[in-house]
Amino acid sequence: MELFTNQVLAGIATGAIYACMALAVVMIYQAIDHLNFAQGEMAMFSTFISWQLMQWGVPYWWAFLITLVISFAGGILIERLLFKPLAKAPVLTNVAGFIALYGIINSVAGLIWDFTIKQYPTPFGSSPFLGSQLISTHQAGMIGVTILLLVALYLFFQFTRIGLAMRAAAALPESARLVGINTSWMIALGWGMASAIGAIAGILIAPVVFLEPNMMLGVLLYGFAAAVLGGLTSPLGAVVGGFLVGIFENLAGTYIPGVGNELKLPIALALIITVLVFKPAGLLGRPIVKRV
Amino acid sequence: MSAAEEVVTEAPAVEAVPKRAMTLGLGTSLVVLAALVLAPLFVKNFIIFQMTMLLIYGLAVLALNILTGGSGQFSLGQSAFYAVGAYTSAILMEHAGMNYALTLPIAGVICFAFGFLFGQPALRLSGVYLALATFALATAMPQLLKLHFVEHWTGGVQGLVVTKPDAPFGLPMSQDMWLYYFTLAITIGIYVASVNLLRSRSGRAFMAIRDNEIAASAMGVDVALYKTLAFGVSAAITGVAGGLGAIAVQFVAPDGYTIVLSISLFLGMVVGGVGWLPGSIVGSAFIIFVPNIAESISKGLSGAVFGVLLFLVIFLVPHGARQVALIAQQILGKLKKN
Repeated sequence: MELFTNQVLAGIATGAIYACMALAVVMIYQAIDHLNFAQGEMAMFSTFISWQLMQWGVPYWWAFLITLVISFAGGILIERLLFKPLAKAPVLTNVAGFIALYGIINSVAGLIWDFTIKQYPTPFGSSPFLGSQLISTHQAGMIGVTILLLVALYLFFQFTRIGLAMRAAAALPESARLVGINTSWMIALGWGMASAIGAIAGILIAPVVFLEPNMMLGVLLYGFAAAVLGGLTSPLGAVVGGFLVGIFENLAGTYIPGVGNELKLPIALALIITVLVFKPAGLLGRPIVKRV
Repeated sequence: MSAAEEVVTEAPAVEAVPKRAMTLGLGTSLVVLAALVLAPLFVKNFIIFQMTMLLIYGLAVLALNILTGGSGQFSLGQSAFYAVGAYTSAILMEHAGMNYALTLPIAGVICFAFGFLFGQPALRLSGVYLALATFALATAMPQLLKLHFVEHWTGGVQGLVVTKPDAPFGLPMSQDMWLYYFTLAITIGIYVASVNLLRSRSGRAFMAIRDNEIAASAMGVDVALYKTLAFGVSAAITGVAGGLGAIAVQFVAPDGYTIVLSISLFLGMVVGGVGWLPGSIVGSAFIIFVPNIAESISKGLSGAVFGVLLFLVIFLVPHGARQVALIAQQILGKLKKN
């Protein structure tokens, strides 16, 4: 039983990261209707920026804040430079653009910071949380930050003018434009926020997976899975999906014989597909209404 | 159309390609064919090998093109079908001692069944959901091939070595050259069959589903059947390409068939032009040669160079090689008039 509780708690902790990543994915999906395949690499690059700042002697939380600002600006810049011109191009061309962006960021990060594995500090410490052996303070910190982030996003989208405008631009772009919302900038804002949220996910997971240019690959896949499982139209769904995927991944790795580390991802994906076959819009997603 | 309606009606994933614009004209086809037949006579064996791979990847891109460009379904799982085809050929040749040419139709049939069955659960998914499902298939395949209980057949992590066939009837040809012409013949056969398939009743059903699923079903198209059929046909062609690939490379191993292959094939389709069958060869050339060019420009930054080149292509011609062909056609038309 202790093993079970242990695995569930560890699953919740990694799930928190998947939830952050899934939130970032959903942010962009809401804004432009595409899955951003380069999201993980953007987060990795942000994490490297914060690491570099700390190497230069900037204290942790300042580095954290500065990185968020840089990531936000970077996200907007990428949208303006690369994806705004592609807005009218076919969907699949956009996907190719994401793959190209992935290659560029990955390769540039490798050139600047090389591919050796680096230690990344944690502000929470790695001692057991409140004296319990089940979960470390860093894991507890990850869960805490994710929940804070979700609450902040909820307040932003529910109670601020600009949050409302972003929701309007995502839901009914034509009508939003008619009431004077600059939908084009709302999309850019979505990119900026997604990029900043991704940076948070990267910084939180870096002490666990260590810092290197390919660190986010697995995380992004689980993030996608979480977003799709929870429903691509629902930020809350993304978070719920993240925790579920984290828990399931850990339990499957522990209890299903022959799964181990190698088959964890395919098993997690198989579960998600099974769920989707019965609930195609995801657990908390809005069903898609089609009209001919 | 009012704004509200625009939102609830999902735009098709792939824009419609007029039927006549799907192929090259007869004259252009003959020129391309002549170039493909004559080229190996003048180059070294290694280049012939690369040209063989060009045709093989071209076939795989063509298969994806039938699925995505034809029926509007998106797949990241093509590497899995490619792997099944490659392993079928390799196992039949090495364990059963079968003739290489006979293994290809078997690989095709097995992959057709595999794709058709996979298409069943995939029926309920579309767009990104289908992409995720096929993605799962692609990530699972290399791991499944390494499993213990199939190790005896697949060779596990080590993979299998495949013998390269000699030219038959004592033809005075190098192995590479024979394999090239063999591949070329199969490619031409499959290309012509694919063109005819898309022009047939089934092909029109695919395209109707791509353009508007509900309207297609209202017209009496059996949507479920044709969607799974598209998956099956696409998987079968990919399987044949995989088998040919195994013979050409003389080696199969699980790590040769990862998701990277699926992504490459996808990029090949986009660069060639979605729904434009001749573009498959152009796309295949892009995914074979551009990484090499990127590597030669800068070793450390090859990924970035590849990304920038890809961005250039999609900025300049968002519809891929099809757009280039269309522009060329218009210029030629103007020249003729003058």
